[in-house]
Amino acid sequence: MSEEAKVVTKQRVAGRPKLLVRQTAGFVYCPGCHEPITARAIAEVLEEAGMGDRTIGVFDIGCSSFLLGLLDIDAVLTPHGRPPDMATAVKRIYPDNIVFTVQGDGGLLSIGADPLLGALTRAEKITIIMLNNAVYGTTGGQMAPTSLVGQKTTTTPQGRDVIRTGFPTHAAEMISTFKGTAYSARGAFNNPYNYERTRGYIKTAFQKQMDKVGLSFVEILCACPANWRLSPEDSLKWIEEKMLPEFPLGEFKSVDKIE
Amino acid sequence: MGERMFIEGNVAIGWGAATAGCQAFFGYPITPQNEITEWFAREFPKMGRIFVQTQSELGSINMLYGAAATGIRAMTSTSSPGWSLMQETMSDMANAELPCVIVDVQRGGPGAGPIRHAQGDYFQCTRGGGHGDYRNIVLVPASTQECCDLVQLAFYLADKYRNPVLVMSDAIIGRLRETVEVEKIEFGSLPDKEWAVKGKANHRDGKRRLVEHGGDLFARYPSYRALLQSLEQKIKQMQESELRYEAYKTEEAELILIAHGYTARVAKEAVNMARAEGIKAGLIRLITAWPFPCQIIREKAYQGCGFLVVEDCLGQVVEDVRSAVEGRTEVHLVSILDRHIPTDGGMILPDKVFDKIKEIQ
Repeated sequence: MSEEAKVVTKQRVAGRPKLLVRQTAGFVYCPGCHEPITARAIAEVLEEAGMGDRTIGVFDIGCSSFLLGLLDIDAVLTPHGRPPDMATAVKRIYPDNIVFTVQGDGGLLSIGADPLLGALTRAEKITIIMLNNAVYGTTGGQMAPTSLVGQKTTTTPQGRDVIRTGFPTHAAEMISTFKGTAYSARGAFNNPYNYERTRGYIKTAFQKQMDKVGLSFVEILCACPANWRLSPEDSLKWIEEKMLPEFPLGEFKSVDKIE
Repeated sequence: MGERMFIEGNVAIGWGAATAGCQAFFGYPITPQNEITEWFAREFPKMGRIFVQTQSELGSINMLYGAAATGIRAMTSTSSPGWSLMQETMSDMANAELPCVIVDVQRGGPGAGPIRHAQGDYFQCTRGGGHGDYRNIVLVPASTQECCDLVQLAFYLADKYRNPVLVMSDAIIGRLRETVEVEKIEFGSLPDKEWAVKGKANHRDGKRRLVEHGGDLFARYPSYRALLQSLEQKIKQMQESELRYEAYKTEEAELILIAHGYTARVAKEAVNMARAEGIKAGLIRLITAWPFPCQIIREKAYQGCGFLVVEDCLGQVVEDVRSAVEGRTEVHLVSILDRHIPTDGGMILPDKVFDKIKEIQ
């Protein structure tokens, strides 16, 4: 490893991206939550690209709104489920800025399905980052569109029953089927290897946007220990044993040109 | 002198917005406002401005939110059912203090209702429409020229107060073809939009900007109470400074008609008919439906003046008039039930209003 690479690695492991706000008070996250590390990955990618001061973040209601406080970039908070709409307008006005949304699975696939479909249909040059924790987080752990079959939540106390509540939605696969999609991938933050991989997905997604190819999408499997009623450590195991078989990681679409 | 055109009210809205420097329009098809969306689709790309046909009215209002957050002048238009859909974001924008313009070309209700004219959105427009404590200035055109002029005023007031402003039209005014002079109206200077989200590189101080509509979490104000106090202050300022109405033959009138939009033209005709027979009738035409001219109505009531509200719904303005007169005088109503035919094509006609005036006398 070259000296330069060593410094970069040390900075990556022990350092802190400048775009990541140091919160001394009002840190709202539950222990073991993967949202702060999502913020870190986004901050690292933006900083490396030198785009921090030319980026506008669009954050949804729910736990994803807390990212407003963690990332040192211009940002807007939307009504629940509407980030793709707002990002559409912001991107049309500032076509050379990076405009991205961060949303939960409920915010994108349930209440926010209409703006998602609209943005996909229009092939908006925005990036959507969806945090999939298989529950509604902020409201206390109700069933989400991504809840696993049999998963116990506060609104499926006997476990998710396919007869009454159907099956989990696979966002990354679904979004990859749209002509206007430039990039669609699914990552996870359950171990360092997957962190690096997912960080790479975010980087590629932003690059596709900067190249004005089409809509880019990254789904990230995130731990929610508080609502899963598991310890942070057991939550990592749950991602590996339960979520990964249902939601495989990887890139589902990556094109450089849409014709 | 501006350009003279023979156009309908909906098209005049477009020219007014373009003249006011509107840079982006977001619209979804709904009758009877389609001419507005189609005008922007046709004209805005030629001007190098932004037009997006949205996937729903929710899309329209939230794209408008995004555009307003960047500080540019932007608008959307819709009709009654679409206006209902937009209310959550209207409430959010009031909290976030975003300037923007929304045009509601009213149609019948409740529900999908008829796609023809009506004036049943008065309560929804003047009370904010969504949840929580806020108000929007509501401008009501009664002519094609006013469609053009009031949209320009709407953009100015929105920027002045950092608040959404509504233009409440109706299907008749929207489809009415008249000669319009499209001329830029100067309203005065406005402060820079230092608060707008543009990317940090575009701010002189290089510091981040947040546009949000929460409570205490993001500390835009020192506390939730401070936010509410600020909103209350804004509501009071708008009430004190932005009331607009036209008083027609109200001096020494014994009966004052109150109307807005298309029914104001009907009421004015009825006033002329009454005056021709020596009946001392006058008209207060609402140009702002909110703020509402409580004080002039109250003064006239205390002078013993009677009131007749003419509105194309079951009776909404009439409640505000009754509240203003404080029980001092009779408040009569010509409503949607007094249309000349019972189908949705029926209209309130001057004869009917004149009959009511004679009946009251």
